[in-house]
Amino acid sequence: MDSFWGAFSGALGLVIALDPDLMEIIGLSMRVTLTAVFLACLIGLPLGAAVGTFKFPGRALVAVILNALMGLPPVVVGLLVYLVLSASGPLGPLRLLYTQTAMIIAQMVLVTPIVAALTRQVIEDLNREYAEQFASLGVGALDRLTAMLWDARYSLLTVALAGFGRAVAEVGAVIIVGGNINHVTRVMTTTIALETSKGNLQLALALGVILLMIAFAVNAGVMALRASAARAAYA
Amino acid sequence: MIRRAFLALAAVVLTTVFAGQPSFAEDKFIVVQSTTSTQNSGLFDYLLPIFKEKTGIEVRVVAVGTGQAIKNAANGDGDVLFVHSKPSEEKFVADGLGVSRSDVMYNDFVIVGPADDPAGVAGSKDVVASLKKIADAKAPFASRGDDSGTHKAELRLWKTAGIDPDEGSGDWYRETGSGMGATLNTGTGMGAYVMTDRATWISFGNKGDYKVAVEGDPILFNQYGVILVNPEVHAHVKAELGQEFIDWVLSKEGQQAIADYKVDGQQLFFPNADKGSS
Repeated sequence: MDSFWGAFSGALGLVIALDPDLMEIIGLSMRVTLTAVFLACLIGLPLGAAVGTFKFPGRALVAVILNALMGLPPVVVGLLVYLVLSASGPLGPLRLLYTQTAMIIAQMVLVTPIVAALTRQVIEDLNREYAEQFASLGVGALDRLTAMLWDARYSLLTVALAGFGRAVAEVGAVIIVGGNINHVTRVMTTTIALETSKGNLQLALALGVILLMIAFAVNAGVMALRASAARAAYA
Repeated sequence: MIRRAFLALAAVVLTTVFAGQPSFAEDKFIVVQSTTSTQNSGLFDYLLPIFKEKTGIEVRVVAVGTGQAIKNAANGDGDVLFVHSKPSEEKFVADGLGVSRSDVMYNDFVIVGPADDPAGVAGSKDVVASLKKIADAKAPFASRGDDSGTHKAELRLWKTAGIDPDEGSGDWYRETGSGMGATLNTGTGMGAYVMTDRATWISFGNKGDYKVAVEGDPILFNQYGVILVNPEVHAHVKAELGQEFIDWVLSKEGQQAIADYKVDGQQLFFPNADKGSS
């Protein structure tokens, strides 16, 4: 298994060399994914919290739909976004196909249901604890949501990280709507797919190791922040 | 204090997100719908910087199979089509979707196979006879199966040989439904013969014990053509910039650049722009 261990030394070599092309690709990956996750949270957190808190007809169905959408196949999402953004599609005049914006949209579509569905569960559990108190204090609907979102923030960070994990590892959607164009829409995962198809398996695996390290760094950073915030809270 | 930590996190995210967007600023670019063979062989990585240096035009290549490239171009998602399936290209122009088609360059297809050569075709120059032998021996054959230029060429060869490979589908005839490189990875993994363009094969990095088994038959000729997407159908097509790219590729300088591109000392594509357009 030469290529297996070679991939690790290869990954290390690439990182140490700070290869400018690689740095560009990593930067692009992070920009697209973080933007997508950020926007997905803007929509998914309030949406999930609302479904978890308020009683309305069809609520159970909405919850099931949100859960089911967590399993959206990336290629299908890519295809849908392509058809919408294509010059012949409804949003064609915006000229968004083969841009980073198109990739962000595709990842948002994938990640928003994950954030919303997991948030719904977290907030629903919390609401069971808080409902009586809210009622006795006569807290308004909006204040309930913000209070619970704030109190559940640590769990919700993990929710956001789950969304990040899905987005950063995804290739099927972004390769269709981004086109894997060098220096424009080529990100880590599409580079890995390209190098694999060129038969450069060791380089592809090395890039995979780097992607894993980035995901690790992001998770570690968020967890460290969370820990220091928690310490500060009890200091 | 906690709020501050969260604000800090939000600030970090926002700066990462919005920092360094200027790569969008450049507007002088065209989108070329092309095939995996031109991309995987590294040809575009060699040609496009030369072109950009001369004209300032950035060429964004979307590399997919010829079938998908033609569909994308038909939807108006590209300014130029640069592929290798002459009948489909001529239909594209005849349907009014493209302005005109010009020959650019050619290379050839080869059939690669494992060293133990189960169908006994190694060294042959007769591709039709070799395909018959492979089918008779029911030796595994990995096909693109993706409606690409290479796939269409392969199907024409089976037809010439009078064989319907679908009868062996799932048995000895295995359709991967993926790109050239992916099919080579799969084919070499299961000891199957694979028909590939020579350019992709030479630059392919995972050959294992595979060798070129069949080559040199005139019907393995693989012609590439270039077409400007019709701006009368899709008004946003950057006809001027696209035409500038086409003119350059067909010019003496562009043709020389194609001839100059080599991998391991081997020329991958042979320019032949003068041989007429339709």
